[in-house]
Amino acid sequence: MTMTQTALPPTMTAAGHPIEVRPNPANEAAKLARARRKRNCAVAYHTAGVAIVLFFLAPFAIAFLASFRSGAEGMTPPLPPWPTTGFSLDSYRSLDTFGAGVWQHTLNSLIVSLATVVLTVAISLLAGYGFSRYRFPLKNTLFVLIIATLMIPFQSILTPLFIILAKLGLNNSLFGLVLVYVTLQLPFSVFMMRNAFDAVPKEIEEAARIDGARDLKLLVRVLLPLVLPGAATVAIFAFLNAWNEFLAALVLLSSNDNYTMPVLMMAVRAGRLGAINWGAVQAGVVVMTIPCLIIFLLLQRYYMRGLMAGAVK
Amino acid sequence: MTVVPNLSRAAGRPKPRSSAWRGILYIAPAMALVILFFVIPVMMTAWMSLHAWPLMGAQRWIGINNYIRMINDTRFLSALRFTALYTVVATIAIFAVAFPLALFVEKHRRFVGAYRTVIFLPVVVGLATASLLWVWLANVDSGFIGPLLRALGIVERSPNLLASFDSAFLTIIIMVVWKIAGFTMIILLTGLQAIPADIVEAARIDGAKRWQRFRYLTLPLMRRTIALALIISVTGSILAFDQFYIMTAGGPQNRMISVVYYIFNQSFVSFNLGYGASLSIVLLAILVAISIVQLWLLKVGDDKA
Repeated sequence: MTMTQTALPPTMTAAGHPIEVRPNPANEAAKLARARRKRNCAVAYHTAGVAIVLFFLAPFAIAFLASFRSGAEGMTPPLPPWPTTGFSLDSYRSLDTFGAGVWQHTLNSLIVSLATVVLTVAISLLAGYGFSRYRFPLKNTLFVLIIATLMIPFQSILTPLFIILAKLGLNNSLFGLVLVYVTLQLPFSVFMMRNAFDAVPKEIEEAARIDGARDLKLLVRVLLPLVLPGAATVAIFAFLNAWNEFLAALVLLSSNDNYTMPVLMMAVRAGRLGAINWGAVQAGVVVMTIPCLIIFLLLQRYYMRGLMAGAVK
Repeated sequence: MTVVPNLSRAAGRPKPRSSAWRGILYIAPAMALVILFFVIPVMMTAWMSLHAWPLMGAQRWIGINNYIRMINDTRFLSALRFTALYTVVATIAIFAVAFPLALFVEKHRRFVGAYRTVIFLPVVVGLATASLLWVWLANVDSGFIGPLLRALGIVERSPNLLASFDSAFLTIIIMVVWKIAGFTMIILLTGLQAIPADIVEAARIDGAKRWQRFRYLTLPLMRRTIALALIISVTGSILAFDQFYIMTAGGPQNRMISVVYYIFNQSFVSFNLGYGASLSIVLLAILVAISIVQLWLLKVGDDKA
């Protein structure tokens, strides 16, 4: 095992080791050489793999470990990143001194994200069903209209959104923000749900109808279980996008108490009296990261399905 | 994402007339939201762009004056230039990393699933979160990158990465590659996996070298996928805001103001709502143009296939 070959692609390693096949026990030697080459290949492959993993994982790991250092240590470079003077929650405590406290803002973010999930799933479930199973005038036009909003960046309509929400009495309200987030999710979600319903055989519905299930009851009791994977995909994307969104929240929320986590973190980032509390920044990054990673790791299958659906279509 | 209206469904068996109303009822909530929070705002933006529209006081019709003002607005022009530069560099950097990664995780080896997952992790956190994380890592005194370089003896003093344009730009590009490469990798991977294995095998038997197979087989067969990944990367980069706002606050000497950042400043800092709206219309036009190019590119890919 030669451990010297660091991040070389497998081909170069294979080419770099000319294999001499001795004539006499030819078969044996060739087999051995092939095995050795295969092993070298694997070593090079996984060495590269480890380097790649380090690059993509290290920022998370460093922030996570460093966030548990003591207050004084929090201001020093994370070399090493783990706490050397004992495990401490100082960073989280100082994060709590910003705005209305970290619990309040995490709760705001959670309320916004979960409400976005519930509304997006409900509305796209209905719309997907309507587009998949019913005929009505302008159906294709309306469907294309919903999908076409994908072309238009929401960044360009923030001012009118602000004005409309103010007219509805929803300025600086978490619910108003939720409505905007739901609208942003709709093109993808309606598309996903329509496809999900398209894949359900009509016979199932007819059987249920004969058994007396109608309309919403039919939809919720009989069809929902069948399109649940699609709904899960819609829910994951709605949650992550709402949880992570920054610009709309920054523009549409104006009072301190209502800030979602990313907006609160701007106050932390700005610092106090010209000094930034980096411990609080690390703690905030951890608080904002953990839910995303957990949801992704638990529901990776559904997330990737959504990505593929988007990529293939 | 192209949408093919499904016409075949319309040929189903006829239903009573009331079912049409029921269908409309099902899609009503979605339509209401899209109209209220998308269609009307777009029309309002167009309307506002033709006015001088201060936050307080009366708005005044000024025709296309906002658009004329734009042509001579050097700060807007430099925002456009900067956004174009960022889009080109970020897209090239993301592809330069994502393509080898896609080839790397396409192999059938042990742990390949774990590699894919880890590379994808930064994609699921927010861009704002990633920017915040990296602004700390890049900090001169309390960060990781500078102090590590110094500890390794590569530099004498920890560099202030975000203080000069070049190093700040590089830092942001690295952050974005870290954040986005996994996404592009997965898109490219779907393209790679769609290439029939027997074609590659046939080429190998015919004596095509690894590079030849890549150049004359893999790349052409991945046209559509590459076009898609390219478009996603380009549109995403044009709309960049979080990283500049959070990491450099517009950057050394205000040289890192992207178009969205400039619109944000005009609309929500200076409260020139009318002018901000006209800038938004330009941004919107750019993106719609790109979407049209996208549809065309994907369609051309279809014809060739």
